[in-house]
Amino acid sequence: MEISYSLLLILLPLLSGVVTATSPANVAKSVARLSSLITFGIFVLMLQGFVADASWQYTYETPWIQDLGISFKLGLDGISLIPLLLTTLLVPIILNTIRLSDYGRPSVLLGLILMMQAGLATVFLARSAFLFYLGWEAALIPIFFISGMFGGELRQQVTLKFFIYTVAGSLLMLLALIYIFAHTTGPARDDFEVMAGVARSFDGTVQCWLFWGLFAAFAIKMPLFPFHTWQPDAYAVSPAPGTMMLSGIMLKMGVYGVLRWLLPLVPLGVAENKELVLLLSVIGIVYGSIIAVKQSDIKRIVAYSSFAHVGLMSAAMFSLTLSGLTGTLIQMLSHGVTVVGLFFVVEHVERSLGRREVGSLGGLTKDSAAFSIYFMVMLLGSVALPLTSGFVGEFMMLYGLSEYNLYLALFAGATVIFSAVYMLRMFQTVLLGQKLDTDASLRPLNLGENIALVSLCVLVFWIGIYPSPFLQLVEPAVEKLLAQAVAQ
Amino acid sequence: MNQLYATWLVLVPLLGFILNGIGFRRISDSLAAVIGLSACIAAFGFSAALYLDFMQGGQAAMVIRLFDWISFQGLSVPFEFQIDQLTLIMLLMVTGIGSLIHIYSAAYMHHDAGYGKFFAYLNLFIFSMLLLVLGGNYLIMFIGWEGVGLCSYLLIGFWNTNTAYNDAARKAFIMNRIGDLGLLIGMFLLVQEFGSLSYAEIFPQVAQRFTENDPTLLAITLCLFIGAMGKSAQIPLFTWLPDAMAGPTPVSALIHAATMVTAGIYMVIRSSALYNLAPVSLEVIAFVGAATALLGAVIGLAQNDIKKVLAYSTVSQLGYMFMALGVGAYSSSLFHVVTHAFFKALLFLGAGSVIHAMSNEQDIRHMGGLRKALPVTFFTFLIGTIAISGIPPFSGFFSKDEILFQLFLHNKVIWAMALAGSLLTAFYMFRLLFLTFFGSFRGTADQQSHLHESPFAMTLPLVILALLATLGGLLNMPEVLGGNTWLAHWLAPILPVADHGAHGADLHTLENILMAVSVAVALLGIGTAYTMYLGKKTLPAAEGQPTSALHRLVYNKLYIDQIYDIVFVKPIGFISRLLGFVVEYLVIDLAVAGVGALARATGKGLRFAQSGSTGSYLLMMVAGIVVFLALVFKSNLF
Repeated sequence: MEISYSLLLILLPLLSGVVTATSPANVAKSVARLSSLITFGIFVLMLQGFVADASWQYTYETPWIQDLGISFKLGLDGISLIPLLLTTLLVPIILNTIRLSDYGRPSVLLGLILMMQAGLATVFLARSAFLFYLGWEAALIPIFFISGMFGGELRQQVTLKFFIYTVAGSLLMLLALIYIFAHTTGPARDDFEVMAGVARSFDGTVQCWLFWGLFAAFAIKMPLFPFHTWQPDAYAVSPAPGTMMLSGIMLKMGVYGVLRWLLPLVPLGVAENKELVLLLSVIGIVYGSIIAVKQSDIKRIVAYSSFAHVGLMSAAMFSLTLSGLTGTLIQMLSHGVTVVGLFFVVEHVERSLGRREVGSLGGLTKDSAAFSIYFMVMLLGSVALPLTSGFVGEFMMLYGLSEYNLYLALFAGATVIFSAVYMLRMFQTVLLGQKLDTDASLRPLNLGENIALVSLCVLVFWIGIYPSPFLQLVEPAVEKLLAQAVAQ
Repeated sequence: MNQLYATWLVLVPLLGFILNGIGFRRISDSLAAVIGLSACIAAFGFSAALYLDFMQGGQAAMVIRLFDWISFQGLSVPFEFQIDQLTLIMLLMVTGIGSLIHIYSAAYMHHDAGYGKFFAYLNLFIFSMLLLVLGGNYLIMFIGWEGVGLCSYLLIGFWNTNTAYNDAARKAFIMNRIGDLGLLIGMFLLVQEFGSLSYAEIFPQVAQRFTENDPTLLAITLCLFIGAMGKSAQIPLFTWLPDAMAGPTPVSALIHAATMVTAGIYMVIRSSALYNLAPVSLEVIAFVGAATALLGAVIGLAQNDIKKVLAYSTVSQLGYMFMALGVGAYSSSLFHVVTHAFFKALLFLGAGSVIHAMSNEQDIRHMGGLRKALPVTFFTFLIGTIAISGIPPFSGFFSKDEILFQLFLHNKVIWAMALAGSLLTAFYMFRLLFLTFFGSFRGTADQQSHLHESPFAMTLPLVILALLATLGGLLNMPEVLGGNTWLAHWLAPILPVADHGAHGADLHTLENILMAVSVAVALLGIGTAYTMYLGKKTLPAAEGQPTSALHRLVYNKLYIDQIYDIVFVKPIGFISRLLGFVVEYLVIDLAVAGVGALARATGKGLRFAQSGSTGSYLLMMVAGIVVFLALVFKSNLF
């Protein structure tokens, strides 16, 4: 039997996750890193063989619950390629930033991260509705334990709130999926194309209901204003690797959900409601940016900045323009890379000094020039300086939005100004000025951390300087998606 | 050949940045200086090679496409360079003055802990500035545009243990970003109209697509101008530039006087094809420029920090360049860009030499009589001062006079404002000169014992710049004085010929009269300064003791920083706290909790359904049967 690469992307992290979680710490570390690198290697092989058209590739299917017509189908296309690249790329990097001595039961932490990767890969690879739903919920369980077991103060309340909030959204999505499924016929009835075909045949009213059912899950996951209040708390409380998984990869589930399971399924519902969503998205950008300006906890500054950036992704998607959608995909990558880097910065400062409040830090650039450079590069990517990854995505997204409505683009463009305001404030408060406490200094970066950060920096510049390969890979799929999302 | 030169021209400073950046604290100071300096001089060499090649190639503009940068269906933005007359002037100016300032810095920054870092940043700046002027489309220009902004941020806050300096750096970056948003929106509109951002594709189409003052074209040109306002410190986005003086003095000379701040002017000249069809936008530019020129000159009257005076003077001079643009006199504006680069770089470097000699003192009230101790600095500074004041035959006279002449032809109100500005300029510059170099020394004995002329590496650039400031007028000598207006002719292929009207005898007479007027006005300013500061030996009032309300107003820079603080900074901070600590928790989160509470209440209400009591189950069963029967037999019942 031929081995399916797609299946390996799920099984390998899952199995090695189980092994890791039950091994002693040192073994666990090697197993986890090795398995994540192999997974990435497999994905690179898949990329090499990937043909830049709009078709499904590396497909795998097997009957699952035959009586109900539920199937197990995997596949890769230009849209899912980006979040999968992000997942397989970021997990090894995130694993490299973990110092075993910082955590009580490091094997469990490492194992949970790998299991989460399996869930995320399922979401991004699923070509059938119930497998997608399974992955969606499965990815949540490990992060629930990561935050609940390894998190900071108030972790139980915050994690529970996060869990209930997202599950509530997921259930609405499940209802919508079941409704569509009930109208399908034949074997493998929950196949993406079958489901999409049926959903698109509903009239406008039904599509509107379905829209809100599906959208609830995605909006909460991203999160979109005003469904975001779980997010800053969850980011602040989770341990750094958990925050990185949440912000770097998991929130892209929401973005991907919109692209894969919302826009092509209910175009009438989208047409009916997109103004409202655009408005909420743009409000979110401005709202999140303004809040980030005066936050006193640097972890929350990054959290609100991430929230604002996701608002822009959402707005760009619902502009239903080629540049908006392509820009969103590029920004998925860029945002994942920079936000992981920024949360590393926060983590490193907190682990070194035991605090992370604005005003309690300063002058740390003296301790490590390398750390300052890493921070600066992530900052530049985040504020979207040209030739960094952030610019390509942001330019395309804002341009797409301006094609739809110039004034929305103008308000969304507030991020150009505000990102500089809050990011430079954070940079200054951490690195510049006089040291408040001359004894406390940054702990030296170890080899793993240096490798992780250099990789992130390389990515920031690579995507910023030479984005063409990425653009070419996604373009046909985006065109197809756009045709489905607007045509009736 | 061109492609090779242009590529290396850009890569060499980038390489210098990388070497000095990675090697910082690992390589010696002298090696760092050699790397930084040779990178910049090599860039000058490549610029000169490009120039020669251009002359041999029949002076035809060329576009060099390197690779596709952002390209997808509907928009293709290649990484491309455009080399034409305008580019070459800017290239030679940036790398030439850049090299002189690198030489100067090698001595000026001596003993600084961040020596190698400083050269790394300077090279990065040159790299960005080269991209800005070489870019063949707006987006490549924008890379450079933002890149010089970043370098400006890094260099203003170079001494980063000082919070005030860091704040100044941040302010500069943020104010520039406000302008950048305008520029971005302008670019979006350009793409929507032309489907491209390349100069070579946009400009030939403008005339076919738009009639004069077409609303879209006005929107495009005004949005682009907002970008220029930020970068070139025009009202209302000018307050960052005086604060930017926190950076080391060579930075002020290179970035905040000679090159980066003129990027806005470069961009408007580059876009002249758009602006020519947007007279309303030009009118706006002219008035903003005039207002800025006057405002900068007025505030400059009462400043006591040697660099602050020069900074406000830069704001004011940039205003002159915009006034010229506003009446369509693009080549006159570029002429002033070039001469200003000479004399203002000279003045800043001279100021640096003074500060160096005065053990980091910047207050001119504590100086005086320095001409004896610093003869070279004094003499070159004197040339710079005369040049900026507009006294013939120094370069500033020709460029400023050409602008005044053009203004007079187009708009008498603006001309009058510009003339008033010249009066003030001559006054505050000579006030600065007299207080610094004449009279008796007013500093401490300690400072006096340390007074010394700067080393050769610092005086050499001063002398070269002084020569350029003296002779720079030759670049565009007016015909009425026997010149051949070389610069205007050089630029003619890419600029529409400025409508001088007929070059008749009347105009020549007028030009002569206007020259006499402006020289008289400058002399009046100098005379006033002489009487006040050398004749009466007046000293500016001490910090916090201005003599009158008007003086206090000017001394405090018209309280514009304070007004911005009250109108923008404070309210945004307040709203941020309001949203972050009140709305988030008391409105949105409470609503979420409300939904949760509702769910819990519903659960409580439904709980009795599963209470486990047989009695209630029986009751419900009976009720259910009744309802069921009623439904089944309802037709029979009624």
